[in-house]
Amino acid sequence: MKNVSQRSYFGKALVELGNRREDVVVLDADLCSSTKTGDFAAAHPERFFQMGIAEQNMMGTAAGLAASGKIVYASTFAVFATGRCWDQIRQSIAYPEMNVKVVSTHCGISVGGDGASHQALEDVSLMRSLPNMTVISPADAEEAYKATLAMAEWDGPCYMRMGRADFPLVTKEEDEFRIGKASVLKKGKDVSIVATGQMVALALDAARALKEEGINAEVINMSTIKPLDTETLAASLAKTRCAVTAEEHSIIGGLGSAVAEYMAESGGHLLLRVGVRDTFGESGTPEELMEKYGLTAEDIAIAARKVIAGNTKKRKGFLWRK
Amino acid sequence: MPRHDDETIERLEEMSRTLRRHVIEMTCEAGSGHPGGSLSAAEIVTALFFHVMRHDPKNPTWEERDRFVLSKGHVAPVYYAALAEAGYFPVEELATLRKLGSRLQGHPSYGRLPGVEMSTGSLGQGMSVANGMALAARLDGAEHRIFCLTGDGEMQSGQNWEAGMLAAHYKLNNLVVFLDRNRLQIVGDTEDVMSLEPLADKWRAFGWNVLEIEGHDIRQILEACEKAEKLTGPVMIIANTVKGKGVTFMEGVCDFHGRCCTADERERALAELEVEE
Repeated sequence: MKNVSQRSYFGKALVELGNRREDVVVLDADLCSSTKTGDFAAAHPERFFQMGIAEQNMMGTAAGLAASGKIVYASTFAVFATGRCWDQIRQSIAYPEMNVKVVSTHCGISVGGDGASHQALEDVSLMRSLPNMTVISPADAEEAYKATLAMAEWDGPCYMRMGRADFPLVTKEEDEFRIGKASVLKKGKDVSIVATGQMVALALDAARALKEEGINAEVINMSTIKPLDTETLAASLAKTRCAVTAEEHSIIGGLGSAVAEYMAESGGHLLLRVGVRDTFGESGTPEELMEKYGLTAEDIAIAARKVIAGNTKKRKGFLWRK
Repeated sequence: MPRHDDETIERLEEMSRTLRRHVIEMTCEAGSGHPGGSLSAAEIVTALFFHVMRHDPKNPTWEERDRFVLSKGHVAPVYYAALAEAGYFPVEELATLRKLGSRLQGHPSYGRLPGVEMSTGSLGQGMSVANGMALAARLDGAEHRIFCLTGDGEMQSGQNWEAGMLAAHYKLNNLVVFLDRNRLQIVGDTEDVMSLEPLADKWRAFGWNVLEIEGHDIRQILEACEKAEKLTGPVMIIANTVKGKGVTFMEGVCDFHGRCCTADERERALAELEVEE
């Protein structure tokens, strides 16, 4: 699988969107070279506004532009976009249902060398808890491109998260992308692996490894975390009766929590969550960090074996330990 | 500059008394709310809604309307009173303030009540929203102006200064901010809680035009708005006011920031606010 940058596809999509629609406006907080909104700035300079390192004002300004009929993409690193301005997003964007698309890059531990200050592991949790907010986590660059376009047609506030590193392409250009719709990338009957972001690629790797052991895993790409596609999830669980979630995010409040909430209220099948286990990250290469913080294909495979075993052992002493 | 005839001024002064009466009655009916800052802003809100701003209560989403953002969202009572008197919704509805199912939420809620341009209440955010509206107007080549009303206490919030930098940087000619300088916040005098002065100098240093006026003088408010239109760049009108203005026993009393009158106080307040024949 070829590794491609989600950010660069986001930048391309914005330019295309700007070509198609006059009402699209982009805001940046001094990171346009990293987030790739600089592409839009070059193509549509009159509709690009530099906000400086002032993210709270950026979100409020985005709300004012949206209140005047613009579709606003406000973009920066996830720690700043969701953490520093959570109240501004809550008060001025989510509550009045402004048509603002908050788009983050540099999500997850694979940010690498910048360390914990810049590795957003709580952004989905923060955004998911806001009423009216849609939360999108594309699996690869193709989906990032499509999601960027789709958000413009989706009336209301959206949050989209992307990584810094280049991710393997797991979807194709011709694949359909719809907000709120998960896709089954591999059919199976023994365990549902529900993954998001770059963990989808790793979930597919895990499924291949499991297959050699005779385990037939279903892999679901949950590219929208809110609203959660419970229909696809329910159909899968009806077959597998157990699940593993995989996300480059804290296990608290993210995809794992969303799936756990649904499963607990709908029959209580067994679930194990692969994600960062309530800790901050640190500096290192993306590969080193993914390994150290338990975010590899092998971690997903271990969780899958464990959850299947737990199911057959009638849940005795069922705990998530490697 | 005797541009405004006495009749106009008298009409507006009378309206500001009407709004004040509504504020007292609404907050008493609700049993809570923020009368103090509502009373200090009564003339500013009156002048904007009944003389300065171009708007059409029968067509609240008219594209060419001037926009108003109430950054100090807790003074919703005076805002709602103005909207009702202007004709955005029936005056009787003012009695539903803060009640279950009401369109008149404790703090303004966008999309519920005609005339409300943005949800506010978490202080320090209105100027940023106004910036966005001003940028949008410029993009669209539209002529309308953006008015924002902030409190003085909320100037302690950093976001206002971020917003101030942006407005000056982009030379937002269509933006006018009224700063209701009533000098009181919940805990006490702004200068004791967290000093703001020299406030005018600070805004000048941020690249703004600053006008200082008596915020209870309708004529000064109208003249400041006219002057603002001719200036290049954003305009900060620091309106020196008195918290609780118009009701003797409420004036300058911090307690009335966030509490309504008792039944007895209500009668005394309304008696003071009788329209002079």
